[in-house]
Amino acid sequence: MARENLVSLRRKSFGRRLINDWQLYLLLLPGLIWFLVFAYRPLAGLQIAFYDYNVWGGLPKSDFVGLENFTRYLSSPDFKRTAINTVMLAVWQLGIVFPFSILLAMLVTESTNRLISRMTMTVTFLPYFISAVVVAGMVVNFTSPSYGIVNLILEKMGLESVYFMTKPNFFRPIYTIMILWMSAGYNSIVYIAAIMGIDSSLYEAATVDGAGRIRRLWHVTLPGILPTIMTMLLLNIGKMIRSGYETIILLYQPTTLEKADTIATYAYRLAFDNGGRADYGLATAVGLFEAVVALLMVAIANRASQKLTSSSLW
Amino acid sequence: MPVKRKHSADGTNMVKSKGDKFYDFSVNLMGILVSLLTFYPLYYILIASLSRPLGVDSGEVMIGIVKPTLEAYSRAFALPNLWVAYGNTFYYAFFGVFINMLLTTTMAFALSRKRLLGRKYITLLVVFTMWFNAGIIPTFMNFNSLNMLDTRAAIILGFGISAYNLIIMKSFFEAIPEEMEEAATVDGATSIRVFWQIYLPMSKPALATVVMFYLVNRWNGYFWPMTLLTDDMKMPLQVMLKKLIVDQVANETEAAIITSTSLWSPTTRIYALMVIAIVPMMLIYPLLQKYFQAGMTVGAVKG
Repeated sequence: MARENLVSLRRKSFGRRLINDWQLYLLLLPGLIWFLVFAYRPLAGLQIAFYDYNVWGGLPKSDFVGLENFTRYLSSPDFKRTAINTVMLAVWQLGIVFPFSILLAMLVTESTNRLISRMTMTVTFLPYFISAVVVAGMVVNFTSPSYGIVNLILEKMGLESVYFMTKPNFFRPIYTIMILWMSAGYNSIVYIAAIMGIDSSLYEAATVDGAGRIRRLWHVTLPGILPTIMTMLLLNIGKMIRSGYETIILLYQPTTLEKADTIATYAYRLAFDNGGRADYGLATAVGLFEAVVALLMVAIANRASQKLTSSSLW
Repeated sequence: MPVKRKHSADGTNMVKSKGDKFYDFSVNLMGILVSLLTFYPLYYILIASLSRPLGVDSGEVMIGIVKPTLEAYSRAFALPNLWVAYGNTFYYAFFGVFINMLLTTTMAFALSRKRLLGRKYITLLVVFTMWFNAGIIPTFMNFNSLNMLDTRAAIILGFGISAYNLIIMKSFFEAIPEEMEEAATVDGATSIRVFWQIYLPMSKPALATVVMFYLVNRWNGYFWPMTLLTDDMKMPLQVMLKKLIVDQVANETEAAIITSTSLWSPTTRIYALMVIAIVPMMLIYPLLQKYFQAGMTVGAVKG
């Protein structure tokens, strides 16, 4: 009877299908409304980017300026600085945090000692539960020149203490180490699962061929998790550029802005931390510029991955 | 053909070569080192929060508690609004995750049914938000025009769904054989009952994973509460911590006042606050751990 119902459902008109299956559409509705109100409605606000926005009068009292906000940003010295910093922080993460997660997964799965293997996995996952505020606070406190543990250790080793957080050149390493600590264990879970899913007969065959542990890691494990690596790379490229501003604004100081200020943090400061001269129009334009660049990067990476490894996101 | 078992990967009943022994040793040693390095910062804030400030500032506190005291904790709890902020965090975490799960599971179930009209387009609508969103200012303006600034509803409802978690849930529902639904439909079950009595109970690993993702975000989020709320009575703990830790840190003059009889300092109080903020999350980790690995894999492979 159910089969008949399903078949006849398919023949019925649009409206009849909605009515007959109303419960399913009722389940869909709250989520759909949420997306329209909280994810798509804000898109209308993007038009601020094309106005000299009047904070008190709103859009009706603002002057339309076309692309002026964009040209103002792109021709300012702030553009070069923030673009370079954004790219460099992404490159540091791509070069250090990303491969380290894969190495960590190999460490966990290669260990023949179950206790050590489990401990490594559990302990490295712990920081995932800790907030950016607490981690940033740890970084700032640990590197304090007077009581920070890092400097106390440096002093014990006979070296001079350094006020790390005020030195621009330390910003990228510190930020990268912090992100590494926070996310390596979490990111490695996916690779651990992928490695465990590799067909064990492949390892046996490699062993028969006389491959040692390291060669099996290189010739069996790595190719086995390559699709996962590509997927994670694609998923993370957009994120590396876009997220992070919540963390960076906790860490940077006026003296480190030259290396720490990214496009997103710059946009944030223009709107919320600009000494009472909030420039919503420019801030929105800068944010939109960044969002479009990030989207393009993901699209390009997706195309490249499609061509090279035939794994893609869409 | 005789198989050389000497190099087999599982490490049981075999003669290990010198190279293999060295390899095992190095791998285990690295595992221990990585664990220690990761764990030490957490251990340090715990012992520092329980020690007298002089030992902390002089570097005496490194491997254990020096002159134990709970003063930093009583000072932390004596901070104005600390209990309010802590209570708010529990409030946002509880009601926030409840709304998250309600909106996410219902929509994910609907989207996982092939007969849903417009399924492809609605899924695209959802996935697009993973790659492109309006950004900080338009999002802020949206809350403003909805008259939701400085309301608890903005925090709880405004961040009701994460597209990523929705896709995890949807993939998991899709992996459950359709015959389950067909059989129940024959017995007269409606869509809501199929969802509530069959699909939800069968999805415990995915539910645990998604609850964990949402809970961690709710508990740890500071940016939007800081940006959308102005009333101190509505602020969660993380925003209060942000003000105390990041904005007032490096108050170098305080260091001079600390003597051997001091029981606390702003620094040890900050460490105590960190412990207070972390502990509830550390307690739920073991509860969810047995599920999350299964759940996370589903999302990653199919996401």
